[in-house]
Amino acid sequence: MSALGVVGGVVQPLLVVAGSPLLIGVLRQVRAKLEGRAGPGVLQPWRDLRKLLLHKESVTPRGTSEVFRYAPLVLMATTLVVAVVVPFVTTASAVDPVADLFAVVALLALGAVALALAGLDTGTAFGGMGASRETTILALVEPTLLVAIFALSVRVGSTNLAAIISSTLDDPARVISPVSLLAAVALIVVIIAETGRLPVDNPATHLELTMVHEAMVLEYAGPDLALVELASAMRLSVFLGLLANLFLPWGIATTATPLALLIGVAALVVKVGLLGAALAAGEVFLAKMRLFRVPELLAGSFLLALLAVAASFFLA
Amino acid sequence: MLGLWRKIHRTGRVAEPAPPPPGGDRSPAAAALGGSVQVRHVDAGSCNGCEVEIGSAFGPVYDAERYGARLVASPRHADALLVTGPVTRNMTEPLRRTYDAVPGPKLVVAVGDCARNCGAFAGAYGVTGAVSDVLPVDVEITGCPPRPEAIVEGLRKLTGR
Amino acid sequence: MNLAATGLGVAGTLGVVSALAGLVVPRGARAAVVGTGTALTGAAGVPAGVAALAGQSFSVTWPGLLPLSGVAFGLDTLGGLFVAVTGGVAIAAGIYGIGYARHGLQARATQAVFPLFVVAMLLVPASASVGTFAVCWELMAATSLLLVLAEHRRRPEVASAGRWYAVMTHLGFVTVLIGLVVFAAHAGGDSFAALRSAHLSGATAAAVFVLTLAGFASKAGILPLHAWLPRAHPEAPSHVSALMSAAMVNLGVYGIVRVGFDLLHGGPRWWWLLVLALGAASAVYGILQAAINNDLKRLLGYSTTENLGLVLVGVGAAGLFAASGQRVLAGVALAAALLHVVNHAAFKTLLFLAAGSVLHGTGTRDLDHLGGLRRSMPVTTGLFGLGALAASALPPGTAFVSEWLLLQALIHGLPAAGVATAVAMPLAVAAVALTAGLAVATFVKAFGVGFLAKPRGTGAAQAHESPPSMLAGMGLAAVACGVLAVLPATVLPGVAAASGFGDPTTGEAVTLRLADVAGTLSPLVLVLALVAGAVITLALVRGLLARRARREARLWDCGAGPMSARMEYTATSFAEPVQRVFDDVVRPETDVDVDHHDESRYLVQAVAYRRRVPDRVERRLYEPVLAAARAWGSAGRSLANGSVHRYLGYGFYTVCGVLILLAVTR
Repeated sequence: MSALGVVGGVVQPLLVVAGSPLLIGVLRQVRAKLEGRAGPGVLQPWRDLRKLLLHKESVTPRGTSEVFRYAPLVLMATTLVVAVVVPFVTTASAVDPVADLFAVVALLALGAVALALAGLDTGTAFGGMGASRETTILALVEPTLLVAIFALSVRVGSTNLAAIISSTLDDPARVISPVSLLAAVALIVVIIAETGRLPVDNPATHLELTMVHEAMVLEYAGPDLALVELASAMRLSVFLGLLANLFLPWGIATTATPLALLIGVAALVVKVGLLGAALAAGEVFLAKMRLFRVPELLAGSFLLALLAVAASFFLA
Repeated sequence: MLGLWRKIHRTGRVAEPAPPPPGGDRSPAAAALGGSVQVRHVDAGSCNGCEVEIGSAFGPVYDAERYGARLVASPRHADALLVTGPVTRNMTEPLRRTYDAVPGPKLVVAVGDCARNCGAFAGAYGVTGAVSDVLPVDVEITGCPPRPEAIVEGLRKLTGR
Repeated sequence: MNLAATGLGVAGTLGVVSALAGLVVPRGARAAVVGTGTALTGAAGVPAGVAALAGQSFSVTWPGLLPLSGVAFGLDTLGGLFVAVTGGVAIAAGIYGIGYARHGLQARATQAVFPLFVVAMLLVPASASVGTFAVCWELMAATSLLLVLAEHRRRPEVASAGRWYAVMTHLGFVTVLIGLVVFAAHAGGDSFAALRSAHLSGATAAAVFVLTLAGFASKAGILPLHAWLPRAHPEAPSHVSALMSAAMVNLGVYGIVRVGFDLLHGGPRWWWLLVLALGAASAVYGILQAAINNDLKRLLGYSTTENLGLVLVGVGAAGLFAASGQRVLAGVALAAALLHVVNHAAFKTLLFLAAGSVLHGTGTRDLDHLGGLRRSMPVTTGLFGLGALAASALPPGTAFVSEWLLLQALIHGLPAAGVATAVAMPLAVAAVALTAGLAVATFVKAFGVGFLAKPRGTGAAQAHESPPSMLAGMGLAAVACGVLAVLPATVLPGVAAASGFGDPTTGEAVTLRLADVAGTLSPLVLVLALVAGAVITLALVRGLLARRARREARLWDCGAGPMSARMEYTATSFAEPVQRVFDDVVRPETDVDVDHHDESRYLVQAVAYRRRVPDRVERRLYEPVLAAARAWGSAGRSLANGSVHRYLGYGFYTVCGVLILLAVTR
């Protein structure tokens, strides 16, 4: 465990926890501006969280079990671990034996599963519906995700995230190779599906029948809800940060000096902020897809990922 | 897509400039919310006039969201109930249950004359009474239907922004 | 005599004694005696297997014991692994059986056959000649068939399941036997040592491999010869299902590895591409059927097809790598496959035993009628949850570790590969990934719908927890799952020894670090990190931030209500999106009957919805064969009309025909 890794392991989760609600704020603000509205300001998600955490009471619906109560904790814990281990700010990982791309993907899936079980545990029709849809999308996303990872890790010969990111830093020409571009597009689709953004899921919907993610968390209140919302925001930041660093790792700190760390933090904030703003701007132009059209989108991204692998073999 | 982009560019901002914040003291419950009020709307028997106005209060022109109010789908996520219409017999129990489902601290906003004092439906056989007969009401918004400005002003009394 | 031989001898003796005890002990004590005996048999098998893995091999021959070929036993590292796994499963199943068999399974025959089944499974990997192997294999098939049929008086489906199982297992046996006999004929001896030193021509070797592969794949429940598995496993008593699903099917893998790697010393690439393709197809198809199935035990049966498919993906990849000279990667892939065998044995034992506990407590296996078991069966719920986590390839579960290892092997295989491998590897990764994703959906359904929320039927509403012996059996399997998930390094050296390629890791206790290719994972650190994350969050939120107490409230039912169990999502509705996405593959049959009121066509009285998802492979592949057999049979019926004169006439004409043929040809 290097000093760089330890510093990263402390700075990253703090940055992700503090910054994720702001990212959501930026997304909402960009949307509001494009829709001609004034918008509540980028701090609004933090105001919501402050209120939920400090002043509201938690509610345990009758008939639910520990699964419902502890699912937000599991979701939060998985996301926190990912925020610690993935090289976001520093190239070294605090917990290198977990900084494996497969492990990270599986951890994020574990969080989603915890929430799906909580949705089923309530016994409401909406909870079950959300869980069913979420797990279906999760199952269909998995092949694209893993094949895209395959394409990225084949040329490095490792699925270790630090290794992949360092190799891109050493050889910048890789970024514009067809492998990278195809894998990047495939991963973007995957991220949209995994984080429940348009056109797969509408995070701002009020209509239960169109919900995916929201339907599972309808029963949460107070601090529980705050954890779920914060963890969802963190998932989005983590995914965008992963995307940014896998394809554009520049700025990431390679030494443990304060200046390098400062640049690392600033670079991550700028990259994730820009990606988030682009995502929000793109959403203005899209309507939610029918649930049963989503597999077509995912199949298309799977094809791109497969092409990326083919390119990595035949162009190598 | 380019057409939509051009239209966004041409239209620009449609939200009207914010009027000055309403004065007056906020209740401790509203103050605890700290500028973030999630609202669950309950139609207790309204003629849907108020719903139209609530819709436009949250639309781009009046943009109630900029003051920290947001409509949510579940009472568990809510801080305030936005109740419209006189409370009909069939909706009395559901209204009570919705109130019970909201985690504390919680507020009730009675929107429109019907919610305040049954309006045109006062004394009708299917009506239990005004919202204040069923739940403790914190803010009342007058009008039949109330103008969006009035609804926004009522909500701003809760958010304090 | 070394420990391997002693252990196996003791296990055999204990098994036979338990079987005899099953025949003579009075009914009341029978289940306890036989269960304990079986557990002890397994307990003797485990050290034997472990000793063999540690390098204590032995071999004995008793030439006079069996006519023609004699009997030869021997245990090497590969066999040792399977003996140890079988022994471990038998311990859990035996203890569980003490409580489980008390409910209508005390019949003498069932009780006597149960330990014999375990003994047969322990002897199959210890057989060292074709003759011995065939006898043990057949003993295993026959005893398991009798156990599958244990409840045939109570449920008519059991008989049909037994018929399928009998036919398919024997067809498989026949192909294995033909393959091995051809092999032995060319080798000039039937001991495995003779086979090993034989030099076969390419075509003969291919014929031997394909024939044995067909038989062994059928035993392992691999597509398209899987049809018996989802029938027989659910209908067998649950502890027998656990033994079949966690131990018996492994022996199919054992056969493929033994013949392919050990006796035939690897082979050309197409063999292994075939194995890989069969494995990948089985994995995806198996889990897809599991995802849309509502019968808890049938779902687990299909999941067995899936997991054995994943194992074969590993075996096939190992063969491919070995054929192209990449021994390091072959070691990783085969270690991954065998580790998955061990992991699957652990979690499938747990899951089948827990499913048996559900059946015992509620009287139903239909997920659409289950739910709400959290309150009435807390231990079973917890243990099934653990097993479901292990089976769904999520950290911190057992399957995650072996699938991670498998993916490492597949990923590192690409750079140095030929075109065939280059095409196969990404597709294999995609198949493994889709399998993992659907496994998550399957087990979220099984656990979430089966155990959480409110009971959906009277059986589930009146559920009761199982007796301590059953819980102890499940607990044992759960402990094995936990250890395998967190500290896979404890078994990896043994698994690597069995693979014959050497340990692919550097042998650290906590971290799996691949020795010659880059790849590091530490399940223990991962678990600790997760626990730390959860504790920090809990402390911050509950201790520091949240100021208001938690309140209990009515479930949000939109103000109406009360919410009844009929409003809950069922297993059918949960799986509907998956089913709809894979409509073209599974071809579900649905019909909707709408009954109208007599007075008006516009008033609906009742709507009945039925859905059936037939096994499509079965429909396309088996039904034509069965139809042809039936047609052949009915065509033949006109020959046999019951008249003795006619039969004598047939005899007379045949003799005449033969005589004329002889006269003409001589």
